[in-house]
Amino acid sequence: MTAGATRSATPVVPSRVAFAAILGKDLRAELRTLQSLPAMALFAVTTFVIFRFGLDRTQLSGDLASGVLWATLLFAAILGINRLFVAEREEGGFDAIRLAPIDRTALFAAKGAALLAYLVALELIVVPVFAVFFLDSAAALPPLALVLLLANLGLAATGTLISSMAVNSRARDLLTPLVLLPLAVPLSIAATGALEPLLAVGGPGYHRFGTWLAVLGLYDLIFLLVGYAVFDFLLED
Amino acid sequence: MSTAIELRGLRRDYGERPALAGVDVSLEPGETLLVLGPNGAGKTTLLRVLATLLRPSGGEVRVFGATLPGEAWKVRGRIGLLGHDALLYRDLSGRENLRFHARLHGIERAAAEARIAALLSAVGMERRADDRVDELSAGMRQRLAICRCVLHEPDLLLLDEPDSHLDTPGRELARELIGPSEDRTRVVVTHDPERLLPEADQVLRLAVDGSAELTEAALR
Amino acid sequence: MYGKGLRPLSIATVAAIVASLSLVFFYAPLDADQGFIQKIFYLHVPLAIVALVGFVIGGVFAILHLRSGNSKWDAYSYVSIHMSVIFGVAVLLTGSIWAKASWGHWWVWDEPTLVSFLIVFLMYATYYPFRYAIEDRERQARYASVFAITAGAFVPLNFMAVRMAQSLVHPRTFGTANGGLPGEMMLTFLVSLVAIGLLWTTLVKFELTAKSASGQLKRLRRALDAPAPGGSSRVAPEVS
Repeated sequence: MTAGATRSATPVVPSRVAFAAILGKDLRAELRTLQSLPAMALFAVTTFVIFRFGLDRTQLSGDLASGVLWATLLFAAILGINRLFVAEREEGGFDAIRLAPIDRTALFAAKGAALLAYLVALELIVVPVFAVFFLDSAAALPPLALVLLLANLGLAATGTLISSMAVNSRARDLLTPLVLLPLAVPLSIAATGALEPLLAVGGPGYHRFGTWLAVLGLYDLIFLLVGYAVFDFLLED
Repeated sequence: MSTAIELRGLRRDYGERPALAGVDVSLEPGETLLVLGPNGAGKTTLLRVLATLLRPSGGEVRVFGATLPGEAWKVRGRIGLLGHDALLYRDLSGRENLRFHARLHGIERAAAEARIAALLSAVGMERRADDRVDELSAGMRQRLAICRCVLHEPDLLLLDEPDSHLDTPGRELARELIGPSEDRTRVVVTHDPERLLPEADQVLRLAVDGSAELTEAALR
Repeated sequence: MYGKGLRPLSIATVAAIVASLSLVFFYAPLDADQGFIQKIFYLHVPLAIVALVGFVIGGVFAILHLRSGNSKWDAYSYVSIHMSVIFGVAVLLTGSIWAKASWGHWWVWDEPTLVSFLIVFLMYATYYPFRYAIEDRERQARYASVFAITAGAFVPLNFMAVRMAQSLVHPRTFGTANGGLPGEMMLTFLVSLVAIGLLWTTLVKFELTAKSASGQLKRLRRALDAPAPGGSSRVAPEVS
């Protein structure tokens, strides 16, 4: 090992390597501890039961179905979003990442991808349960999956952004839902707008389906860009 | 040959008060700087500024010729920090943590595996390397942290009380990896100056009001 | 330095408000459908427009803050948002009064602009608990700027989504059954808009001046109270 003075600047580690390392670390930890996912799923299914009694309905369709499904998924998602950066906060993990010769935006991408994975996994469990509880046919499920995927992307972008700030604050469990919910309103409008005709009584309808997907896509794009642009500033100092 | 560390009038404020109020240091490669002072004097702050984790509020900071904070990216990979936090994820094993750290520093897999195995063996952690970190004692975590600190073969070591939680055999093992050597420039914060004074080339004393006093060590 | 120009600005604001009120009460014609209460439109809509522009301005200052690291931009951003939130309360109150007068209810979900504004207001109202939950001062400022930028991006998306969610679009105030606002109403509206805009600007400037003065006072007090350290003099830099 030669002395330090003769080496030139260390090259920065490529972002895809950093991204894969952080994402892998997160997924490995979650699979091992299963802290977030079961809680989110249980929360969602129990919420369905509460809605069943709260609305006094055993079958849901159209606007009620889309509202119950989306609201439940959103609140369950917030449980997971709250925990997204907890390990980094507790173990001095932010330091570990800030010390590495990487582009720190890789952290945003990796955490966003992890959150996306949790949301997709959540829906794979919860949506069939919803169908069994309240729907009379599974015909709507494939297009529904597409809507949810786009919505998840938007939630992953905004959730990662807000959560990374809230984790460094005093009231961190409170702050994430507080700020995230209004931010998620346009996303919710578009998601339920697309879901409502899909879950209509006579079979899936596609009224303004393309338009709503476009709105979802626009939301995703804007907040992915915002997150990408500002994340570096969040990790300073 | 440029200096390893060049500090001129380094200031770092903590809110309205100064944590560091004008520190001047010039450290050559291979030298050891000992940092002493009471609690709250800014010793950890100094290390974190050198580690590129904190921006200076004023003055000049140069590490291996790169000006901080603007050129921090140039030298980040050459610095190893051993702080109060072990920087280990407690749900992963020691080995997995080291692998993560290696990937973040761009060490490719095969080389990383070999180096990790060598380091674990050097600190006597081979048998417990695959246990989850939260099952390990503080001393074992410190040994893992030392491995993490030197894994990417840094030229500058920033050590914040490196002997904490270590028993005597542990300290001996650590000496090989983080002790004085002409390959490594070191800045060591310690509460036990007696033991480490023989290793020091320079001594920096910090005070609570942020002032600093630098002396060349008498012994060498 | 902040105080410079405050007096001419205040005078201009008062003049504009007087002009606007005169026009509203003596010049603008009475609306055929809604009667006298329609005149609250001259307060409600300019307040909404100015508040929204204020939020966008807060976002722009936030971008400047992140790029330069100069904390004065953060102060500008904070005060802009602060003032717009206060104006926002007024928007919702006047909107509610107008809804009651026009449609008989204190709140209507049919008016997309009002609903959008409610959501934007709720979004920016979280700025305070968010900001004050972060203890480190510099980090607080940085995070607040990120919030302001994110919320700024959110505003147009929100208006678009809410508008699309309405199946029935209520008569827009600018496009009445007769097509467009009559000349006298338009003039009154524009003067009111200018008056509210000046009011916002004056209040923002006023708050910035007050903040800067109290900040300077605090710094001087601290410098006087602090014992002189050996050698260096550390009198606080002037707020410029």
